[in-house]
Amino acid sequence: MGLLSDPVRRRALARLVLRLNAPLWALPVAWLERTMRSVGLEVYTQSFSRRLPFPDETHERYMVSGTNVYGILRAPRAASTESLVLTVPCGPDSTNSQAVGLLLALAAHFRGQIYWAKDIIFLVTEQDLLGTEAWLEAYHDVNVTGMQSSPLQGRAGAIQAAVALELSSDVVTSLDVAVEGLNGQLPNLDLLNLFQTFCQKGGLLCTLQGKLQPQDWTSVDGPLQGLQTLLLMVLQQASGRPHGPHGLFLRYRVEALTIRGINSFRQYKYDLVAVGKALEGAFRKLNHLLERLHQSYFFYLLPALARFVSIGLYMPAAGFLLLVLGLKALELWMQLHEAGVGPEEPRGASGPSPPVLPAQSVGLASLVAPLLISQAMGLALYILPVLGQHVATQHFPVAEAEAVVLTLLAIYAAGLALPHSTQRVVSAQAPDRGWMALKLVALIYLALQLACITLTNFSLGFLLAATMVPAAALTTPCGPRPLYAALLVLTSPAATLLGSLFLWRELQEAPLSLAEGWQLFLAALAQGVLEHHTYGALLFPLLALGLYPCWLLFWNVLFWK
Amino acid sequence: MAAALPLAVLGLLLLGPGGRGHAEPPRDTLREELVITPLPSGDVAATFQFRTRWDSDLQREEGLSVLLKADRLFHTSYHSQAVHIRPVCRNARCTSISWELRQTLSVVYDAFVTGQGKKDWSLFRMFSRTLTEPCPLASESRVYVDITGHNQDNETLEVNPPPTTTYQDVTLGTRKTYAVYDLLDAAVINNSRNLNLQLKWRSPPEHEAPPAPFLHAQRYVSGYGLQSGELNTLLYNTHPYRAFPVLLLDTVPWYLRLYVHTLTITSKGKENKPSYVHYQPAQDRLQPHLLEMLIQLPANSATKVSIQFERALLKWTEYTPDPNHGFYVSPSVLSALVPSMVAAKPVDWEESPLFRSLYPVSDSSSYFVRLYTEPLLVNLPTPDFSMPYNVICLTCTVVAVCYGSFYNLLTRTFHIEEPSTGGLAKRLANLIRRARGVPPL
Repeated sequence: MGLLSDPVRRRALARLVLRLNAPLWALPVAWLERTMRSVGLEVYTQSFSRRLPFPDETHERYMVSGTNVYGILRAPRAASTESLVLTVPCGPDSTNSQAVGLLLALAAHFRGQIYWAKDIIFLVTEQDLLGTEAWLEAYHDVNVTGMQSSPLQGRAGAIQAAVALELSSDVVTSLDVAVEGLNGQLPNLDLLNLFQTFCQKGGLLCTLQGKLQPQDWTSVDGPLQGLQTLLLMVLQQASGRPHGPHGLFLRYRVEALTIRGINSFRQYKYDLVAVGKALEGAFRKLNHLLERLHQSYFFYLLPALARFVSIGLYMPAAGFLLLVLGLKALELWMQLHEAGVGPEEPRGASGPSPPVLPAQSVGLASLVAPLLISQAMGLALYILPVLGQHVATQHFPVAEAEAVVLTLLAIYAAGLALPHSTQRVVSAQAPDRGWMALKLVALIYLALQLACITLTNFSLGFLLAATMVPAAALTTPCGPRPLYAALLVLTSPAATLLGSLFLWRELQEAPLSLAEGWQLFLAALAQGVLEHHTYGALLFPLLALGLYPCWLLFWNVLFWK
Repeated sequence: MAAALPLAVLGLLLLGPGGRGHAEPPRDTLREELVITPLPSGDVAATFQFRTRWDSDLQREEGLSVLLKADRLFHTSYHSQAVHIRPVCRNARCTSISWELRQTLSVVYDAFVTGQGKKDWSLFRMFSRTLTEPCPLASESRVYVDITGHNQDNETLEVNPPPTTTYQDVTLGTRKTYAVYDLLDAAVINNSRNLNLQLKWRSPPEHEAPPAPFLHAQRYVSGYGLQSGELNTLLYNTHPYRAFPVLLLDTVPWYLRLYVHTLTITSKGKENKPSYVHYQPAQDRLQPHLLEMLIQLPANSATKVSIQFERALLKWTEYTPDPNHGFYVSPSVLSALVPSMVAAKPVDWEESPLFRSLYPVSDSSSYFVRLYTEPLLVNLPTPDFSMPYNVICLTCTVVAVCYGSFYNLLTRTFHIEEPSTGGLAKRLANLIRRARGVPPL
């Protein structure tokens, strides 16, 4: 007896879907509660509210409040120690009504089975990811992002795995799987394999990053397409955004995936029964798990759904890039001590060692000032935009979100004017050798930061290393200054962000014009700041407090008089 | 001597007074009973009890045991079996004893799994059997159906065939009415030779949340990560105006190191100090934490008991074969005397005698309840168990290949060795070889 094999259930599903096709401006909480209860689940609701740091232009919301509704299917004769989650994010813009209908049909089907060993939680969230974050925080009884939410009444033990579902139409041509999560965290590869093998057996078309799987790996086309998919995954992971509700589950060490139904112009379409069967199969597989998923890799890159690159293969690349910085620092150290009295010690090969200042030729004071000033600029870049948005809106005719973005850009550009002012502050003590010491410190600082970033989010670390390391290594005040200045500006963190946006859209075969790209860039800046405050994404603080001051140090080195 | 029967937990009912008002029971008696309770959610609970006092073996083939068919009984959402054996006095002076064996089976049928969502029940639907005849060995064979609140006025539940007698009792603090079907009564199993009890709902029950009992509890672990966490127990007192104390017993394994100074109990937002606390700290690998508290639960409130803990790193051999499954924490045990609903009804002062006003309304009737919260599953920091093997392989390889080569290079010397003329053994061997005709060594 398969899912929806009897016409009664099929008619009920069609009725549900038709009813939900009306635009959902607010979640019909009472109706959902009644329906879930009639299906046989234990239903609970949770309300949450939050004031965003500044209005969100993309989703058009500022004071956010909503209600999550979830129903728990208790496993028969089990002790409610473990559970699985099927979540459907609903928002005023992305209605996701078909997914709610499928969720209710799956709940009705699952309720009649006796083989469940874990409880299943069917979660419908409002305000899509904000609701998911509120539910997760209330479930684990923590307060990570400052959301105010009512406590949960019903729980089902430790969550083992979660699947998020987004459907926009009732027929799909393919299912897109998203794995990248918040801050570049990834679920266990086993979860992806679980879903992918089931899709293969069921004949469903699954895509990764919106791209089909290359069939022919022997000619050039296959690996080229794999490279495109890989680059897309690197860019998605580097952005640190949760690409779906699954990204927020990963922080709590719950393996999760997001499955999106895509309806494109293809001949062969699958209806909801096929999608439901795939989900039913995935849940039955997860039901059999004895332990949490831990056997496979947690760090990987995917050129295709059936192929992966493990950390042991890709990490040496980042290591070699950082080695460049270490060797350059070593060279500078040797140069500084050529005329110096102190003994030359053999230094270790790569990366982080504590900075030892050359005592004789350059004084300490000439290094502290640039360091402090660039760090202060970074701090200003982090704090001022959100703090000063109201002041900015009073004096200029802009909205709050625009004020934040423009303040960001203004402070960033103001940093470029710094060297001319810093030089007046610093007293010239053997100015010719001063830049070497500063560059040494800057190189080690950059290497340390990039190493730490690479360990947690490889894509971000590699992307930043690939752009910043050559420029940082080449920067000298003696040499063609305009050329080096252009190189340094082009490889600054903001320019990298702009470039990667263009590359991302290029790889998705929807290239941007300059004006569109600039608009997207401004929107991305606003989203970055917002996500840092709402979900705890780390891209904004890393760039503002860590890499921007470091880059300013190199800028100072370049304009050393 | 009335047999004091223990009371069931979580809304399932056990019933059956023994021996009240009878003469002393005969020596070999078998009493069997089936109690059917429709629950507010639409499920139905069935409890079988077979009690025998005997000096010899008993066999039963008919009666209620014909309903015990495994395939239907394991399609339930809850089942519990118990066997109680105790000695009882045979006569008033207790000069001789006999043994009483009581076997109990409680199951809860799920409306959605067994009934396909419909809430009408019958014996055939529950057990795929009907009752045909009473057990010939039984002295009593009865079926009770809980029809509290469903008779007379609001005919929401209809029981078919209609009962001849009813029975009333106070159970778990509520007054309940049961319809009685005595299988030994010839009128019950009439000429159709089978009894198929049917429960039909006249108007379908509303899809509302089921009513909550006066005392219920919930337990969960909060926090995330493998370093620390917080153990929370929520105690709900839903009685409208009575507060009552609850004894909470927690046994936490030693590998969750509790920080007792973080123990906080909050009711209605204010701190609630327990009137009695007993804490026995854990000893690593010897005994678990024992925490026992007497907490007063205010009326109509939720009390939260929370205590922070840190997860310990176990020794390598103490991990189970499936350490990523997690480690179990036993449920907390709550014992309380819950005020009964019978006494929650107001006294009608006009009808009662005047001396009642001298004694204030004391809801002295309460029933004892022992609740168990759900068990918990916590993950402990788990090492990578393949690392010792990896390290041994790597170090042995490094030592053998690298260090060994260097050592050889540095210390190996070659010197020329003169061939020796041989000793006694060589001369003996040459003798034998000459005898065989083989060239000498």
